[in-house]
Amino acid sequence: MLFAHGFGCDQNMWRHVAPRFEDRFRVVLFDHVGAGGSDVRSYDPARYTSLSAYADDVLEICHELELHDVVFVGHSVSSMIGALAAVEEPGTFDKLVMVSPSPRYIDDDDYVGGFSESDITDLLDSLASNYLGWSSAMAPAIMGNADRPELGQELTESFCRTDPDIARQFASVTFLSDNRADLRRVTTPTLVLQCTNDAIAPIAVGEYVRDNLPDAQLVLLEATGHCPNLSAPEETASAIATFVRG
Amino acid sequence: MGEADAAELSSEEARDAFHDALLDDDPTALYDRAPCGYVSTLPDGTIIKANATFLTLTGYERRDLVGRRTFAALLTAGGRIFHETHYAPMLQMQGSARAIALDIVCADGTRLPVLVNAVLERSGDGQPAVVRTAVFDATDRREYERELLGAKQRAEASEAHAVALARTLQQTLIPPTPPTIPGLDVAAAYRPAADGSEVGGDFYDIFEVATGDWVVAIGDVQGKGVGAAVVTALARHTIRAAAVNQSDPSAILSTLNTVLLHDDTDRLCTVTLIRLRESGGTWSATASCGGHPAPLLTRAGAAPRPLSAPGTVLGVLPTIATTDTGATLRPGDSIVLYTDGVTEARRAGEFFGEERLVQVITSTAGAASDTAAALLDEVIRFQAGHPRDDIAVVAIAVPQAQGRA
Repeated sequence: MLFAHGFGCDQNMWRHVAPRFEDRFRVVLFDHVGAGGSDVRSYDPARYTSLSAYADDVLEICHELELHDVVFVGHSVSSMIGALAAVEEPGTFDKLVMVSPSPRYIDDDDYVGGFSESDITDLLDSLASNYLGWSSAMAPAIMGNADRPELGQELTESFCRTDPDIARQFASVTFLSDNRADLRRVTTPTLVLQCTNDAIAPIAVGEYVRDNLPDAQLVLLEATGHCPNLSAPEETASAIATFVRG
Repeated sequence: MGEADAAELSSEEARDAFHDALLDDDPTALYDRAPCGYVSTLPDGTIIKANATFLTLTGYERRDLVGRRTFAALLTAGGRIFHETHYAPMLQMQGSARAIALDIVCADGTRLPVLVNAVLERSGDGQPAVVRTAVFDATDRREYERELLGAKQRAEASEAHAVALARTLQQTLIPPTPPTIPGLDVAAAYRPAADGSEVGGDFYDIFEVATGDWVVAIGDVQGKGVGAAVVTALARHTIRAAAVNQSDPSAILSTLNTVLLHDDTDRLCTVTLIRLRESGGTWSATASCGGHPAPLLTRAGAAPRPLSAPGTVLGVLPTIATTDTGATLRPGDSIVLYTDGVTEARRAGEFFGEERLVQVITSTAGAASDTAAALLDEVIRFQAGHPRDDIAVVAIAVPQAQGRA
């Protein structure tokens, strides 16, 4: 099982979910280039101008580790990255799990993605503003993990290590992408997990993804927000477990 | 603070003030009229409590918010994405988030830039129970940050512009590829110091004066940057102009010396010149050095040796002492011109030196492009990839099977 994190975080997003599959699967976690513990020197702004470059990275991991019959679990934008990888090399993947996916964030005629282009500009401003704060005050308080201080330390370091320029470009690529047409080309059986009250990917978007994938089922989680892998790891893991067993 | 702490207060007045504060600051006022907004939410974001300061800041009524709105719903759409992708995960994983910059959309539709700190409280069984958020009005600070950000972006843009300008200037001073001299194998290599963002002082030039009559120049102008580039351009053009009427390299160097002295520069310059002439299918070389390392001549099967005698640096004295030394080139011979960025490349107090130079030349003798490339590679590797000085190399080889010409 290959777990891919979404925009804004790193593989730590899976820390409460991935371990539950270790008894039955070879579990592989990674950080997209520019995030977490990745080597930022491998980031080439000219290459990472579309999600396909990230999909190629996923395939490279599969080849390098000689993975086959892969269950790919992608959160947020990585759902589409997984879809692109599966279209490119259907033989490598056994199943896809899309957690809070959206093939298009921006509204377009009848399609409701939930955002407008100016909202994305807002997001880029918000990123710039926050990275500005982070770079000048690199001493984030670590509270709430008194029993496991090493946890806070590790996470804070990886959060702060996100390169602002890369995050900015990844945000543009993510939120301006349109992968609606790619969904129809995915032949791999897919589970779509959608939360209630997800500010980024509303339920209608989850239904759109299900309806446009040739072989997909949608499971609506009771969890709220965009990150059920963090807010409701049990519910998320159970839904994935049921799917991979079936 | 308890009574025990109060007793430790130094003065009578301080103790009185402490007791007054204890009486006046009732917990409700402490919360409601705190100098920052307070919002408490359920783990799903639903607002369950907000203080008066927050309501004043945002213009909302308590009944609009409590139980009805989530904190994220008060943000701009872009801010909501940031909230979901950064802020909420951070809160979940770290239990806190600090100094997050967000924009709240107020009741009247205006935007309020805020900085928020938040902590996630967990219940006894470790489940998230409540998120407490402190909200600070950051209007002025954000304006200042925007200016800073703008200044930073402008600085980065102008730096990129300067680097591009330096590269362009460099390319006009250094031929991107040396010209082809019929019957000779010519190659050059160049690498500016450090990251190449500044124009270097090293230069070379290879040009034809007449059929079978060529000049090869390599030099080093003191310093770097635009000032050095101006002198480099002057030196190149003077050499080109002088070579038309003057035949001997020493005479050309003397002209250059005069021009430099009359120019409004106090930059020194060192140059090695070689005049290459072809007659009856045979090439001859005449070399002269103005304070520059002598070119190395390698006869087929022999060890490299200096082709000319040392001479005076240019741009200092009214007259210079230089010598013209000639040699007839035979098939298999080669000449290497270089700047001191090669021999004086340093590694922990050790120089690259002439011995290593000779080694590279000997092992690549006969193929100009091999020599130039290998020399550049070795010198850069010697300095662990970060050359502290410019490096310039020109290699000329007479092919073994000359046949034509």
